[in-house]
Amino acid sequence: MTELIPPFEFHRIFVTPWTQDFASSVWIAAMGFLVATACGLVGNYLILRRMALVGDAISHSILPGIAVAFLISGSRGSWPMFIGALVAGAVTTVLIEVIHKKSRVKQDAAIGIAFTSLFAIGVILISLFASKVDLDQECVLYGEIAFIPLEGMVELAGLKLGPPSVVRMAVVTLVVALLIGLFYKELLVSSFDPALSFSLGINSTFVHYALMAMLSVVVVSAFEAVGAILVIAMLILPGATATLLSNRFPVMLALTVLHAALSSVLGLHLGVWLNCSLAAAMVVAATGLFVLAWVFAPEQGLVSRFFGGRDVVTMPPNSAEAPQ
Amino acid sequence: MTFRSPSPASPALLLRTAHPLLTPHLSLLTLLVLTLPAHAARIGDISETSLWEQALRFFTFQDPAVRYALLGSMLLGISCGLLGSFLVVRKMALVGDALSHAVLPGVALGFLWNMSKDPVAIFIGATLAGLLGAGAVHLIKQTTRLKEDTALGLVLASFFAVGICMVTMIQRLPTGNKSGIDKFLFGQAAAIGAADVQLMAVVTGLAVVVIAVFYKEFLVTSFDAGFARAVGLPVQAFHYGLMLLLAFAVVIALQAVGVVLVSAMLITPAAAAYLLTDRMHRMLLLASLFGMAAGALGAFLSFLGNNLPTGPFMVLAATAVFGAAFLFGPRHGVLARWWRQRSRAARIQRENTLKAIYHVLEARNFLGEGVSFSELAERRRETEEEIELQARSLARHELATLPGEGDALFLTPAGWQTACAIVRNHRLWELYLTHTAQIAADHVHEDAEKIEHVLGEVVVRELERRLNYATKDPHGKVIPAVPVTLDAKPEATPGYGRSL
Repeated sequence: MTELIPPFEFHRIFVTPWTQDFASSVWIAAMGFLVATACGLVGNYLILRRMALVGDAISHSILPGIAVAFLISGSRGSWPMFIGALVAGAVTTVLIEVIHKKSRVKQDAAIGIAFTSLFAIGVILISLFASKVDLDQECVLYGEIAFIPLEGMVELAGLKLGPPSVVRMAVVTLVVALLIGLFYKELLVSSFDPALSFSLGINSTFVHYALMAMLSVVVVSAFEAVGAILVIAMLILPGATATLLSNRFPVMLALTVLHAALSSVLGLHLGVWLNCSLAAAMVVAATGLFVLAWVFAPEQGLVSRFFGGRDVVTMPPNSAEAPQ
Repeated sequence: MTFRSPSPASPALLLRTAHPLLTPHLSLLTLLVLTLPAHAARIGDISETSLWEQALRFFTFQDPAVRYALLGSMLLGISCGLLGSFLVVRKMALVGDALSHAVLPGVALGFLWNMSKDPVAIFIGATLAGLLGAGAVHLIKQTTRLKEDTALGLVLASFFAVGICMVTMIQRLPTGNKSGIDKFLFGQAAAIGAADVQLMAVVTGLAVVVIAVFYKEFLVTSFDAGFARAVGLPVQAFHYGLMLLLAFAVVIALQAVGVVLVSAMLITPAAAAYLLTDRMHRMLLLASLFGMAAGALGAFLSFLGNNLPTGPFMVLAATAVFGAAFLFGPRHGVLARWWRQRSRAARIQRENTLKAIYHVLEARNFLGEGVSFSELAERRRETEEEIELQARSLARHELATLPGEGDALFLTPAGWQTACAIVRNHRLWELYLTHTAQIAADHVHEDAEKIEHVLGEVVVRELERRLNYATKDPHGKVIPAVPVTLDAKPEATPGYGRSL
């Protein structure tokens, strides 16, 4: 056990990353923050719309799209990856719909069948052509956030912006934030009250597919950093934590960003301490924050509910759901 | 799904004798365990053989490792199919997904127990982690306002992340790298050893026996929890029992299928079986058969290419089975549905032509037997070519003949009977609507046009009775009686021999 968990050396864990390894640490933390922010913002809407597991399905099923794009283009260019992932995402959505509508298989099983099949195809492609593409099973599982290439910094007007992957992720995050800002009302209304949104003339179907497209783009840009499975955590954890802390949606969005920042920095230190996968460590840190919120949240936390004695803002239990 | 209605007697009276479900499974299990060989070698040790040599090695079963891989894959297919069926009918497919990701930290812990791939330690660790995950989902749902899907996603992702942390830490250890713990992620049937197979056999046997003994209880709690509670069954206990068995099934499948894709082995074979039958016991049998077949096929395919992960191949094999059931299933398959729709549309088309013939004959007071195409075309406002096609269709079904030059139709007795029945249905319904539902006479035609094709015999008898055996419809036309002819084929006669 002692060799498994390295001793807790304050200096090595908290000081060295910001002194000796400043260049890599800062970009890793920035990347983690950007990924968690972009995913968390989109994830908030998934949670509201009870589509958290659709996020799970999409993040798994873009894998064959990415693999095929790698095989065809032979490189890790962003555009082939985006296109491949979008196509795979669309195929998943269509498959789920077809299985669900054309047979008596229920939607949950249809989701389960569609994304596992596509993911299996992706894994087989990667295993078969592992030597030809710069992509392996480890990358699929937990990404390579620790190996951000520091060469070839993107420069704009003589100003060094950062490594290409970080800049790309920053652009995606900004676009997501911008879209959410622009269509804030539409997204909110169609997520909370489809009937009202219909009467206001908001096309719910369009909003749904736009959100799915945004999800696909976010998931594929996060793929390199955190892999295909941990991205689910990035999608759900910030929003879930924020839901426990606030009842107001704008505050929840702000808390999402805060959660993303905290979990990426804490995760970096945790990963340095334990010497394990940094992406996984960031998710573990995010989980820790969620558990803290769960226990100590001012109104809905376990502690305040236990001592407060009043039953706060619990939704009525849905009797149709199977017991867990 | 329809089931024999469960006995309303007290649970003590529910059947406890050996269920028919038990017999085929147990005999299969005994067979599998008896063929257990004593030694094992790793398939992965041999490399660079040709595809055909590999296939030959597989099918001769000379290599004990091949036998282990195959046995293990089939056993896990059985248990996953059995328990997955309950997930599918309870609409809890994604619970299986969450549970299967949540076992990863337990696998790592079980591995750390004595730094080796000890099946029992891993089994215990993974089961505990799975149950902890299920408990966490339950707790999050109970104590926060997060919904089930979010709770499932949360547990899935955070447990998996903890597991990945531990796995990467283990791989960093000097002994850890060759440990094969990474094989638990995407599965490697070749890594299954004798001890693994024994454990799998025990667990699968346990699952089969428990489900067979408590078959009725599981059935009732799955389909009608309210009724189960009313007869005093401990619904929660059966739910947790099922979760425990499910965790077992996931854990024994880990080695061969891998953490990431285990949920597919739970869902896909069961969903395929769900498409093929309406009876739970048949679904359980089919699902375990499909699971077994997918397991064996996956093991074989991954064996062909030396170091390929097994899990994805098993999943794709299961998906292929599902796809076949989806397309070609005799009752719920897409093709069968399409065919039924098509033949129904064709029957309605034929019945409409017969009705038009009746109208033409009626217009000339039933003088003369033949009806020419031009008369029909005028009546139906269609071209003569279209009428000819319809006439040929009638002739094929022996409802009419086309003698001589073939430009006129003569109804056969069966055709006449069908035509009368359709017109009768139409006029009876019109009369019923005006008479009983007080709808204006000029508003009833459209409705009768639709219902005339679907009215069953019992309904027609009842309509006749309620309308006092009336003979005229609201427009003053005669409601024809349906002539009884002995040689007429009742199959194509609406209202006779067909029920709603």
